[in-house]
Amino acid sequence: MSPDAAPILNVAGLVKRFGGFHALDGLSFHVAPGEILGLVGPNGSGKTTAINVVSGLYAPDGGEVRFEGQPIGGLASHRLVHRGINRTFQVPKPFMSLTVRENVDVALAYGRARTAPPPVAQLLEDYRLGEVAARPAADLNSAQQKMLDLVRALATAPRLLLLDELAAGLNPAELDWIAQRIKALAAAGMAIIVVEHLMGFIEQITDRVIVLNAGRDIFEGKLAAAVKEPQVIEVFLGGEHAR
Amino acid sequence: MPKLVKHLLLIVLPLLAVFAVAPAVYQNHLLLFNFVIFLILAQGVNIIYGFTGYLPFGYVGFFGAGAYGFAIMVMHLQMPAALAVLAAGVVGVVLGLLLTPLLRLTGAYFAIANLAASLAVLHLVANPALESITKGPYGVSLTGTFNPTLAYEAALVVLALTLGAVVYLRNSSFGLALQAVREDPVSAAMAGVDVVRMRMVAWLASALVAGLAGGVYAWYVSVFYPDNVFSGEFSIFAIVFALFGGVATILGPIVGVLILYGVYNLIGFTTPQYFQLIYGLLIMGLVLFLPAGLMSLATRRGWHVP
Repeated sequence: MSPDAAPILNVAGLVKRFGGFHALDGLSFHVAPGEILGLVGPNGSGKTTAINVVSGLYAPDGGEVRFEGQPIGGLASHRLVHRGINRTFQVPKPFMSLTVRENVDVALAYGRARTAPPPVAQLLEDYRLGEVAARPAADLNSAQQKMLDLVRALATAPRLLLLDELAAGLNPAELDWIAQRIKALAAAGMAIIVVEHLMGFIEQITDRVIVLNAGRDIFEGKLAAAVKEPQVIEVFLGGEHAR
Repeated sequence: MPKLVKHLLLIVLPLLAVFAVAPAVYQNHLLLFNFVIFLILAQGVNIIYGFTGYLPFGYVGFFGAGAYGFAIMVMHLQMPAALAVLAAGVVGVVLGLLLTPLLRLTGAYFAIANLAASLAVLHLVANPALESITKGPYGVSLTGTFNPTLAYEAALVVLALTLGAVVYLRNSSFGLALQAVREDPVSAAMAGVDVVRMRMVAWLASALVAGLAGGVYAWYVSVFYPDNVFSGEFSIFAIVFALFGGVATILGPIVGVLILYGVYNLIGFTTPQYFQLIYGLLIMGLVLFLPAGLMSLATRRGWHVP
């Protein structure tokens, strides 16, 4: 981590409404190059919505999103990808009828990576997809499909990577392995935001967490400190535990 | 040898050559011409359905619009036929542009809206109030440009262009990106693909193909009514042929047309009384046992189908 580096992403007072429901209600946070930031919070607190707004799936209804100093709120996803933002999905979304390699080829051809991404063969090997490179993505198991999502994202050489529940469904050995991989990406200068329910995993890889509740950030700091914060305990476990 | 060149040499050229010499050895010129038209339309459906997943149930709208575009250019502007065919293509593209809002719909909704759009164009053209422009429901007669031999050759040129486009899609990252959009538009955007623009390009390309086909058809038959060139049979046949062979391949729609349209005519000549029964059973069997088309027999075994 490089705590002194200027933030690559600044989110301030972000609002996203679905009808009358405020999924995000004034969320603010930032992340710096080389840093791994965790977004945690109970179900429905707005973690995935935050990632969807930052990656261009939804346009914000208020507040500001700045990437490398430029406002990016409401830009189409493919433009954000060209600028250097990419993500994975909670439920992996590969191109099912295309082969694993073709999945990555699309991102290589259209991602407009500013720095050359690693060779495809290398990427596929690194994320344990080398042996299935010629198979249709539909043949992969769900863990492999998650890795394919990640490799597709990496093929665009992002400077900000958003990981939405990448670890869910992985076994302990795989968790350790992917944790090392993510740390290595950050060490190379990538800013990474991780949404995750597995607190052990969050503790293992993040430098800092933002705790969300009802679309708002209620805590910022180390996970170890978060779990001692009464307000955080209250939203996770209920009021009677927060004493 | 790059695959693209191989596909052009081994699939496109032989097919064109066969249809170029066929009129010299086979008497039924109209039948050969219809084969060429359906080869074009099935590949046009392939471009939009196979590569982007939009099922164009009203595909005939572009075809009919092209035919009438040709007729209007010839009747009112005395345009030479070859030029009028190009104008027919432009008419197809313009209609495609008008209908781009339909691309917001997906699945059955798109298919139904597209069908409705083609009917709307039919009734616009067939409107007696427009008789001075389109001759309304009374049909057009273009005896001045009647020339089946040239029209047949023009159809071959259009077929060559269409096949060239499909070969390109099958072998380029552009075609791969289109398929990515078909599989998952959100992920495609995350691969950096401009989803809206991609769909638009495929849509207009397939509209262009159908418009050009409509133009050469009008040139060939020279006398027709709105109901002829806007007949739903063109859409249904083109879609069934493409699906029967297998979409998102070069060979699939070709094989589909040669077999199914071949069988269609064979039954029509030999046992016309059982025609609809046999044809219906054939299509039911296809849907039940080979929903992904004949080519899936090969891809299931892991063979690569061009």
